Amino acid sequence: MEDFSVLIGGKAGDGINSAGLVIAHLLNHVGYRVYMYFDYPSLIKGGHNFAIVRATPGKTGAHRDRVDFILALNNDTVRYHKGLAHPGTVTVYHADNVRSEGTGVRVNEILLAESAPPIMGNSAIIGAFAKTAGIPWNVVEEVFTRHLPKGTAKNLAVARRAFDAAGEKVTIPRIGNPPLPLVTGNEAIGLGLIDGGLEAYVAYPMTPTSNLLHFLAEQSQVYPMTVVHPENEISVIIMALGFAYAGRKTAVGTSGGGFCLMTEGVSFSGQAEIPVVIVLGQRTGPSTGLPTYTGQTELYFACHAGQGEFPRLVVAPGDAEEAYEWSSAAVKIAWKYQVPAIILVDKTLCEGTYCFDDSEIAGYSAEPGFTQAIPGPDYGRYRNTPDGISPVLYPGSQDTVVKVNSYTHDESGVTTEDAGMTTLMAGKRMRKRYELAAELDRMVQVAVSGNTAGRTALVAWGSNKGVASEVAGPLGLRLVRPLVLSPFPKRQMEGALSGVTRVITVEDNSEGQLAGLLSAHGFSVGSQVLKYDGRPFTVEELTGKVREVVP
Amino acid sequence: MTEGNLITPAQNTWCPGCGNFSLQFTLKALLEGLKKEGRSLDDVVLVTGIGCHAKMADYLNINSFYSLHGRTIPAATGIKLANPDLEVICCAGDGDCYAEGLDHLIFAAKRNIGITVLVHNNRVYGLTTGQYTPTSPLGFRGKSTPAGTVELPFNPLEIMLSSGATFIARGYTRRPDQLKMLVSDAVAHHGFSFVDVLQICATYNNMTDYYNSHVYELGDHDTSNFNDACEKAREWDYNTDSGIGLGIFFQKSAPTFEERILTRHGHVPDKMDAIRRILDEKT
Repeated sequence: MEDFSVLIGGKAGDGINSAGLVIAHLLNHVGYRVYMYFDYPSLIKGGHNFAIVRATPGKTGAHRDRVDFILALNNDTVRYHKGLAHPGTVTVYHADNVRSEGTGVRVNEILLAESAPPIMGNSAIIGAFAKTAGIPWNVVEEVFTRHLPKGTAKNLAVARRAFDAAGEKVTIPRIGNPPLPLVTGNEAIGLGLIDGGLEAYVAYPMTPTSNLLHFLAEQSQVYPMTVVHPENEISVIIMALGFAYAGRKTAVGTSGGGFCLMTEGVSFSGQAEIPVVIVLGQRTGPSTGLPTYTGQTELYFACHAGQGEFPRLVVAPGDAEEAYEWSSAAVKIAWKYQVPAIILVDKTLCEGTYCFDDSEIAGYSAEPGFTQAIPGPDYGRYRNTPDGISPVLYPGSQDTVVKVNSYTHDESGVTTEDAGMTTLMAGKRMRKRYELAAELDRMVQVAVSGNTAGRTALVAWGSNKGVASEVAGPLGLRLVRPLVLSPFPKRQMEGALSGVTRVITVEDNSEGQLAGLLSAHGFSVGSQVLKYDGRPFTVEELTGKVREVVP
Repeated sequence: MTEGNLITPAQNTWCPGCGNFSLQFTLKALLEGLKKEGRSLDDVVLVTGIGCHAKMADYLNINSFYSLHGRTIPAATGIKLANPDLEVICCAGDGDCYAEGLDHLIFAAKRNIGITVLVHNNRVYGLTTGQYTPTSPLGFRGKSTPAGTVELPFNPLEIMLSSGATFIARGYTRRPDQLKMLVSDAVAHHGFSFVDVLQICATYNNMTDYYNSHVYELGDHDTSNFNDACEKAREWDYNTDSGIGLGIFFQKSAPTFEERILTRHGHVPDKMDAIRRILDEKT
């Protein structure tokens, strides 16, 4: 049993996410690569929360339809997830709250004996789980010490009592991998932004990117960056443009609803050529939709948001490493080309927890292309250059006037309605798009994996990387994933699909937006596998659906 | 900043008699004054919204951020936080700042961000050819309200008082000497300053005679007394006839947003070092 899953469930407020993370760390510290899916409704207390921790010898980014351990803090956990159990599934349950077969943990008795608060009941369940799974006590000690810095001794005492009382049911084999950092997609994005040189982050809370705001706010107490939470998303993006105008690399984060409010700022960024990075975490829409569930419905929106025509970068990373890499690149590219850059992610990636292997990260460094800015009375913020990129100076530069403008403007930034200047400025923006596309073409924009010689290709984007990677290989399919969606990497997509006779797209939406984008660029799509219930595909589910359409 | 030349070559398109000329004159005097004090105009940023007022960005030869309708204040806030050494001045319209962007105005006052907001309050939309604004009087006949508005104006001074603004003043474009003083004091104020500038719209709302017969200078009013300020601010409700006080209504000193936010930064200067530490904690 080297590929197994642990489900822990309870009420909202029971600390399921934190408990899941401790379990993930236990498995990480016995050598597994882990991935955690966290499922929760939009409420603060009550309701049913659960986390599935999947452990495999190699990297994973998907969960399955069967679980090998069920850790139940409430009866709902046993009841709702019965279908995921198999005859060998081991259940560990809170004996005071749950009626079940398996290993009952006398949580209240343990808490009383240790005078511990109710939330430490999770440590008892985790202790019992460690014993049933054959995880040695020293690993529990190490993980608790590293990851439960508050009340470590008491948590350990509680866990120890449960550990001693439980019996070993199965022994998961130890694997030799050294432990890796476990990060959520949001954290990987935040780290990537810092890597890219981020100096300010501005956001209004909205699932699934609120935790990115929390993470960067926390890190700003350690690392010098300014984190602001203003009155609404309109203020967020305009404030970010103010930061950028004054010389600070700035990102914002939101979900679809907040992005609706930001669109005037996206267009402003395009016109005024003031860079901004936007982290757009998709969730189930339309409108308020399912706030805490996933979706991939903003592909068109991200590519087209904002009036008028202007170049933009839209990237769709598929896991923590790609999120880091492309968030860093997005900052550098946005600032080099003075364009808005959108990091298009979703709840699955943002709030999923991944093993983070930084040896897999290819660093991006902006290729030189800047014309040097010369301060002085002759400076023009929108100087017309061969590559369309105007040399940037910031207010405060000596003897220099820096004018940015949301109106069509001349090279000095003064408003114009002149036909020739209007054409010239549109051409300048268009040249930036060509330059950007040319530079991107020297990077891997379309990833190919699975059976790379396969004549049938699965084409997936974003967080479906994990599940599609597991499905494609065993079915003999080529997996093709566009990482850049705008400017669309047509040449690389042609290369990736060369020899392919049938394309099957996989998306978490009902209209097939990637399929539409492919068709618009002349690629024909044979079948579409779509899911739009707010939940990510499991490995078995996607395998079944793809089998139905594989020729 | 080009030495000695404060006006750009851009063609001025304000109507003859427009109140904006007076404000442009005021700003020019302000800039000259700053220069005399030894301040570099390289450190001044003008942020404008959209509307007739906003052309100021094209006409004054200083750093400028010609923003969107209603969005002077968020941009100015970002600029000030990014570089607190900059002197950030917003020229906003009444439709701009009181309608489309009212939320930002309230929050800027609440935060005490160190910027200056001058509202060109002509109480009509000029550039969109004559509709009512939040400060137009009840019954105002504009193109969108041909039978007259059916809503009362609000009083921006009262809004600012209840939002925590630390400098609140009202001026009038036909009282240029006083206006110069007010704008200069507003810029000198440490923290958020707000000046509602009554200006006429020569084409759509020429209230010159009305203002001339109703305005008076506040005189020996105690600007540190909040209750007195409220009383003075309520004297004229932007609707019914009464005296219209001009001058500083309220001023107090308080820590600014930028001071409070920027002193909390962390001190691990190397980004890769910061990233490594975080990843290690997560292993």
